[in-house]
Amino acid sequence: MRSIEELLAIKEKTEKEMAMREDKGAPSIIVHMGTCGIANGARDILNAVMEELKERNLTDIHVKQTGCPGLCHKEPLITVEMPGKKPFMYGELTPERVKRVIVQHIVNNQPVTDWLVNIENTEKRD
Amino acid sequence: MDFYRSHVLVCTGTGCTSSESLQVISALRKELEDNGLEKEIKVVETGCFGFCNLGPIMVVYPEGTFYCRVKPEDIKEITAEHFIKGRVVKRLLYHEPGVEVRTQDFEDIEFFRHQKRVALENCGRINPEKIEEYIAHEGYFALGKVVNEMTPEEVIDVIKKSGLRGRGGGGFPTGLKWQFAYNSKSDQKYVVCNADEGDPGAFMDRSILEGDPHCILEAMAIAGYAIGANQGYIYVRAEYPIAVQRLKIAIKQARELGLLGKNIFSRGFDFDVDIRLGAGAFVCGEETALLNSIEGKRGEPRNRPPFPAVKGLWGKPTIINNVETFANITRIIRNGWEWFNTIGTEKSKGTKVFALAGNINNTGLIEVPMGTTLRTIIYEIGGGIPKGKKFKAAQTGGPSGGCIPAEHLDLEIDYDNLLSIGSMMGSGGLIVMDEDTCMVDIARFFLEFTQEESCGKCPPCRIGTKRMLEILQRITEGKGKPEDIDTLEKLAKTIKDTALCGLGQTSPNPVLSTLRYFRDEYEAHIYDKKCPAGVCKSLVSFKIDSDKCRGCGLCARNCPVNAISGKVREPYVIDQEKCIKCGACLDNCKFGAVIKE
Ligand SMILES: Cc1cc2nc3c(=O)[nH]c(=O)nc-3n(C[C@H](O)[C@H](O)[C@H](O)COP(=O)(O)O)c2cc1C
Repeated sequence: MRSIEELLAIKEKTEKEMAMREDKGAPSIIVHMGTCGIANGARDILNAVMEELKERNLTDIHVKQTGCPGLCHKEPLITVEMPGKKPFMYGELTPERVKRVIVQHIVNNQPVTDWLVNIENTEKRD
Repeated sequence: MDFYRSHVLVCTGTGCTSSESLQVISALRKELEDNGLEKEIKVVETGCFGFCNLGPIMVVYPEGTFYCRVKPEDIKEITAEHFIKGRVVKRLLYHEPGVEVRTQDFEDIEFFRHQKRVALENCGRINPEKIEEYIAHEGYFALGKVVNEMTPEEVIDVIKKSGLRGRGGGGFPTGLKWQFAYNSKSDQKYVVCNADEGDPGAFMDRSILEGDPHCILEAMAIAGYAIGANQGYIYVRAEYPIAVQRLKIAIKQARELGLLGKNIFSRGFDFDVDIRLGAGAFVCGEETALLNSIEGKRGEPRNRPPFPAVKGLWGKPTIINNVETFANITRIIRNGWEWFNTIGTEKSKGTKVFALAGNINNTGLIEVPMGTTLRTIIYEIGGGIPKGKKFKAAQTGGPSGGCIPAEHLDLEIDYDNLLSIGSMMGSGGLIVMDEDTCMVDIARFFLEFTQEESCGKCPPCRIGTKRMLEILQRITEGKGKPEDIDTLEKLAKTIKDTALCGLGQTSPNPVLSTLRYFRDEYEAHIYDKKCPAGVCKSLVSFKIDSDKCRGCGLCARNCPVNAISGKVREPYVIDQEKCIKCGACLDNCKFGAVIKE
């Protein structure tokens, strides 16, 4: 080890990989993966989320899954939770659409109105 | 960089490994692969979370879900439900003893809530086999700061001001010890880490080595810089194979990154560490016997003075510190002595790790600020005593310590308070005993241990402990004589005053402290030939109450030595000659007809 800077570089790189074990204040993308969701392609949505985050090196976003919110006709669905804000639920997604949601909502902080499901209905059901 | 949506942490400390965490991990890896999830979900092997009786323990991030007692058979369900559908498997969550509500988030659990983690900061949080994860948690920055920005005198000054005292038992001020070694002029000095951990029931040092080995290497290097040493040795017992393995990996990784070796941080400072294995003799934890053992000699203590800081390993100035002591060093350097000063009591700063064992609901490893009361530890963190039994005493300091009776439950635990009531901090074993414990038998148990572990070099310890043990054995067998208590006290005093090392000097403590608080139990054994707790077999007998006995014969069928006879529907009788007092009849009788006296 030659210098503190060298140590710092290792720290910063690894911190990103470990970020999800830390605080709970990170933005989350929640993919609804009940049986109905999975049947309607939620798995592809999850894969697309992962791909897009990886491509953009967005390591501090938590990806979670949850069950069916009761809006089976709108599936596949995701909920985006930005810290301190109301959750937004998006429906009738495709891998392409979900990538746009990530860019617009998470990166640019502009919710996408096109596939937004009424936010009053976003309460999760277990 | 690999990108995962979830990290699954599984404890691979000795405790969880013995409850099959390795099988859980291989089942998990296979199940993830079968479901094509191995690139999304990362399995991280960690050190000890401390909640050992709930092992194997699994924590799933980012949710922070805490699963306990996970078995290989549970993996399919966890994968199908949690990893695929995001549904928490409720039956594997933790619930407080007696409460049905299950807690998902482990920071909400009572067991963790009263704790303050300094020495155990990283245990269970990082993968101990990845130096990068340690670095990400500020690892090696304390060494960087010391080597780049501080003089050795400044380092020693910070440690002195922090008030840190040795966690290996004696409680000697660490900064002062370093100062002595710094003052000793020599071409060669050594830093030794005492990881012998001989106190029966204690396993905090093992858990730190298994869960956070780099923090010990870093602290040893800091100590080396402070006193002017460039070689360190970790003396660890061979019975700790996981700890040894993790240390080996850690040393290798630190050398590869140049955090051990030559010219660390390009500042001309060299330091390296090697491991020395011990055979697990209790006396080898005593610092001078330990030095002999490292030198390849018989593990017998040396006379002090000269103290190791003046003449230690191979006659060179040496500091010997305990694992937990070292684990505090990096945090003190990083956060400052002022921060450390805010934790603990006036004369005992910081935290102490305890291994909770005995009659307690939550056995495991805990870390609390000095000054926490025994009541908080036992009833809040420890979840109380099983089966609603009453607290009788707690033993601290292991075979060198003493017991704390119920009247001192609210004592603030620190070095000096424990000494004042006739016990001691020791390395941190904390054995809780309920009303069914015989204190004479406990004293006998500890003395038997020290007697067996006595190295035999000095007569007071070799012969004195033997005589004391013989007397205790007689008392527990109902052959106690009226003068026994006196003789025990005299022997104890002589051994304390004349034994060569701490092993002998402290060996009478368990006897003295039980005599102090539970003298009536000794007297009951000696004069009434009774064991009030019903533990000493020679002093108890089992009888059948002929009024209550329904003659079902269950006792006779469960008796392993056929000591019970009788006719169905008539009262049964126990043959006292044949009875081995195992208590099987008592446990099996449905009518409460078996009486223990
Ligand atoms: C019989 C006996 C056994 C000991 N065993 C240990 C041990 O297992 N680990 C330990 O750190 N210190 C043990 N000690 C204390 C050491 O002699 C020494 O005081 C300690 O390692 C110093 O480190 P510290 O100042 O950081 O506590 C033992 C002492 C005696 C008398």
